[in-house]
Amino acid sequence: MVSHSPASPPSRAAILEILDSVKDPEVPVLSVRELGIVRDVEVDDAGAVTVTVTPTYSGCPAIQAIEDDILAALATAGVADARVVTSYAPAWTTDWIEADARAKLKAYGIAPPRPAEHGGLVQLLRARTAPPCPYCDSRDTEIRSEFGPTACKSVCWCRSCGQPFEEFKAF
Amino acid sequence: MTAPSVLPPPPPAPHDELELLLRLGDDRLVLGHRLSEWCGHAPILEEDIALANVALDLLGQATMLLRRAGEVEGKGRDEDALAYWREAVEFRNCLLVEQPNGDFAFTMARQFLFDVYAVVTLDAVSRSTNAELAAIAAKALKEAKYHVRHSGEWMLKLGDGTDESHRRVQGALDELWRFTPELFAADDVAARLAAEGIGPDLPALRAHWHELVHDVVERATLTLPHESSHTPHLNGGRAGMHSEHLGHLLAEMQIVARSHPGAKW
Ligand SMILES: [Zn+2]
Repeated sequence: MVSHSPASPPSRAAILEILDSVKDPEVPVLSVRELGIVRDVEVDDAGAVTVTVTPTYSGCPAIQAIEDDILAALATAGVADARVVTSYAPAWTTDWIEADARAKLKAYGIAPPRPAEHGGLVQLLRARTAPPCPYCDSRDTEIRSEFGPTACKSVCWCRSCGQPFEEFKAF
Repeated sequence: MTAPSVLPPPPPAPHDELELLLRLGDDRLVLGHRLSEWCGHAPILEEDIALANVALDLLGQATMLLRRAGEVEGKGRDEDALAYWREAVEFRNCLLVEQPNGDFAFTMARQFLFDVYAVVTLDAVSRSTNAELAAIAAKALKEAKYHVRHSGEWMLKLGDGTDESHRRVQGALDELWRFTPELFAADDVAARLAAEGIGPDLPALRAHWHELVHDVVERATLTLPHESSHTPHLNGGRAGMHSEHLGHLLAEMQIVARSHPGAKW
């Protein structure tokens, strides 16, 4: 945890470090930065901090909690003059989740997102393949449901090791 | 072809942009509410969760669109004021989305027809000359794409399933088809918005929608209803002329907000 005397404006790097401590409430293994929810951080001359976030899914009920968690983490670190603004463009994509964060997801038992599709619409109306099992790496898997406990995950099953698992859907 | 005009068409009034935001927003608010009626009643747990998730996405999209509508209107109304304090005649949703859920096949056929419509229209609006609208559409488009995957797969399962599921989903398609011409009808507002590059060119999108719907319907061993002069085409939703079903839906959706104005919990 980083803290600041109110006298000196916090650096952008220090703010980013604080944001690394804020985990996504529904994927607690990743921070809101690693998920790509935090798009920008600005610190003005007076030390006022503006964090720009973008929602994952329009219907994601966690976005309000995430904003509150960001402000709480900043306040705890001594950054009181902070606000969170929302931006919709460019739209959030799982392609922003980087390799080390993908490794954390897999270690947590969630199949990481595959590259987001940019193909034609007819392709959408064809069945998609299931992801490899995050536990045993088998490709003998199936998608049980496109919708898991949260919108961002599907529910899959591994025929090799018999383990049900979640997939972070490419989006 | 109309006769060539000497004057360029007049630019759209701010009112047109508001209309477009309400049409897009109300489609999603009303359909999201319909889907939420399934919560706790779907045939299997996974589907209960799926319908609730799609409902949440649609309500989230409606929130973005109606919030922006309130800003454009400039009368201090936010998304909640627009959702809870307008009367049925002020709603601009298409008639398709307000139709009662019926059975699961009916809900899925309604959803599939709408999801394909959402994908082709949002794709067009994501290239709007209006930057705020384009950003919202681009975001919603990504969600519409996985919604259509979900409803499309159910069309295949139900159509190419048992005799009973086939009969029910074919009946749903036959019943719902008369609500689809409204989706692509362009009134003066829609025509002006399309000419300005702000809104979608609805009549031009119909062929693509039809092609995508046909692709799934055919693989589902279902039959597209014939365009027949005997089938009454229903419209009026975009002008606030709704079926009685919307009034009942709004009564349920709005009662808490109206009974306890400003309540917080
Ligand atoms: Zn396995």
